[in-house]
Amino acid sequence: MEYLIDIVLLGLLMITGFAIVRMRSLLAAAMLTSIYSLLSASLFVVLDAVDVALTEAAIGAGISTILLLAAVALTTDEEKTPRHTPLLPLVVVIATGAALIYGTLDMPHYGDPEAPVHRYVAPTYLHDTPGEIGVPNVVTSVLASYRGYDTLGEVTVIFTAGAGVLALLGYRTRRRNSQGPGNRKLVVLRVIAKLFFPLILLFALYVLLHGDYGPGGGFQAGVIFATGFILYALAFGLGNAQRVIPHQLLRIMMAVGVLIYAAVGIESMLLGGKFLEYRVLADDPVTGQHLGIMLIELGVGITVAAVMLIIYYGFVSRLHSGDM
Amino acid sequence: MPELLGHYNYWIVIILMMTGFYTVIARPNLIKKIIGLFIFQTSVFILFISMAKVEGGTAPIIEEGISVYSNPLPHVLILTAIVVSLATTALGLALVVRIRDAYGTINEDDIHVQDEED
Amino acid sequence: MGLVLDVLSWVCLLGGAIFLLIGAIGVLRFPDFYTRLHAVSICDTLGAGLVLVGLMMQGGLSLVTVKLLLMFYFMIFTGPTAVHALAEAAMQGKLKPHVDDRES
Repeated sequence: MEYLIDIVLLGLLMITGFAIVRMRSLLAAAMLTSIYSLLSASLFVVLDAVDVALTEAAIGAGISTILLLAAVALTTDEEKTPRHTPLLPLVVVIATGAALIYGTLDMPHYGDPEAPVHRYVAPTYLHDTPGEIGVPNVVTSVLASYRGYDTLGEVTVIFTAGAGVLALLGYRTRRRNSQGPGNRKLVVLRVIAKLFFPLILLFALYVLLHGDYGPGGGFQAGVIFATGFILYALAFGLGNAQRVIPHQLLRIMMAVGVLIYAAVGIESMLLGGKFLEYRVLADDPVTGQHLGIMLIELGVGITVAAVMLIIYYGFVSRLHSGDM
Repeated sequence: MPELLGHYNYWIVIILMMTGFYTVIARPNLIKKIIGLFIFQTSVFILFISMAKVEGGTAPIIEEGISVYSNPLPHVLILTAIVVSLATTALGLALVVRIRDAYGTINEDDIHVQDEED
Repeated sequence: MGLVLDVLSWVCLLGGAIFLLIGAIGVLRFPDFYTRLHAVSICDTLGAGLVLVGLMMQGGLSLVTVKLLLMFYFMIFTGPTAVHALAEAAMQGKLKPHVDDRES
């Protein structure tokens, strides 16, 4: 019966993909992209990948949509008809698609437990995690402990993206716009934003700390944290949001997260182990693993939240009115 | 049913990949290209995650009484890939905004015309 | 008791799905932006709420039910607010409602 959901979701994804190609209005294409991300997040849940589904829903359907809408607001909304006929791209695309389909005929069957991908490394992780790390969520244990070095690289990539957007777009300081002319119109939105803002931040903290026991972790928590502030900025204007969380603080936070992560690694070297070996951080190896995982997830969360907000501030501060 | 579904999953993913690829190479608008790249990336994620699924397994969270889990290793790879795709999308959109400031348009054909005039 | 709860939860789930379907048909068939918005706001909030209530009944008295209750609370507030924001933005963008001029 879950095959039926699979087939329907994939069919809907295909229809949405075709609609995005044909859509002339960029605003509609941005919203269709958000629907596409949400459909693939549901597909990930059906495919038993709950951590990935949470991340895709938060990042793809959340932040990417906001960035696309900001970019469309800063540039044009109409897409002009292409000047050349699309014959050559169609031929290239069909040829590549045919070659790839021929390639998948050799792939292992969907859901096959004997496929080579399930053989060598994954059973070791599934077997060793309860004893060595003591964390039920195997994805978190692999991400934070067994492959912790890759996650350090990932945090650095996010930091670089934030630094790149800072270099490209910069930030223009806004005047305080607490008493605007359109104040009466935004009453409902402002009340609801004020009501839900602390709940969203609390939920972000919950996702961060609960990442060991269920789906969650640093990335999702950072994105949800940033979403709370973006909601506040949408309802009250960028000037007020700048008073709540200033740009200078965000720049510092962006670097502090990566610093925490690297400091945990260096601390474990100073205590006698190798780089990012959490065992030596406490007397009991399992407690050391827990402590190490919690600290690096905190670092990741801080950096991701700060970078998301820096990118949002960079885009929106270029609009004339200061709010979107 | 699993025999038919076995390859249906991968073929739909390839169709989505080719849709994204077509959008990148055939549409002249820069934001449309970035959207096409996003479609391409997400379809690759679906490919990896459908390779990780094990029949009769559940999510890879260790629980009493369950012995078959889905493979957690592609999940970790795709988690990283999703975040990296966000980073590249953000940088790409920032570049589009600056190109708009410099050229006044984000249509690739018009940009080529302006470059040839210089 | 178990059977009654099960049947009730199935009624809620199916009812929620039917309301969501009605909302989707409304979006397709109504002629104007504001009427479509009206259809989607009422039917979507009700449909999602009924689905969540049905799931709560399936979950029994456990932590899952508490989480679903929080989700229900969240959806009741944010669903209509989002639609209100859309309608307010459309009014500000000077989108005029489609008013029928015929005398009936």
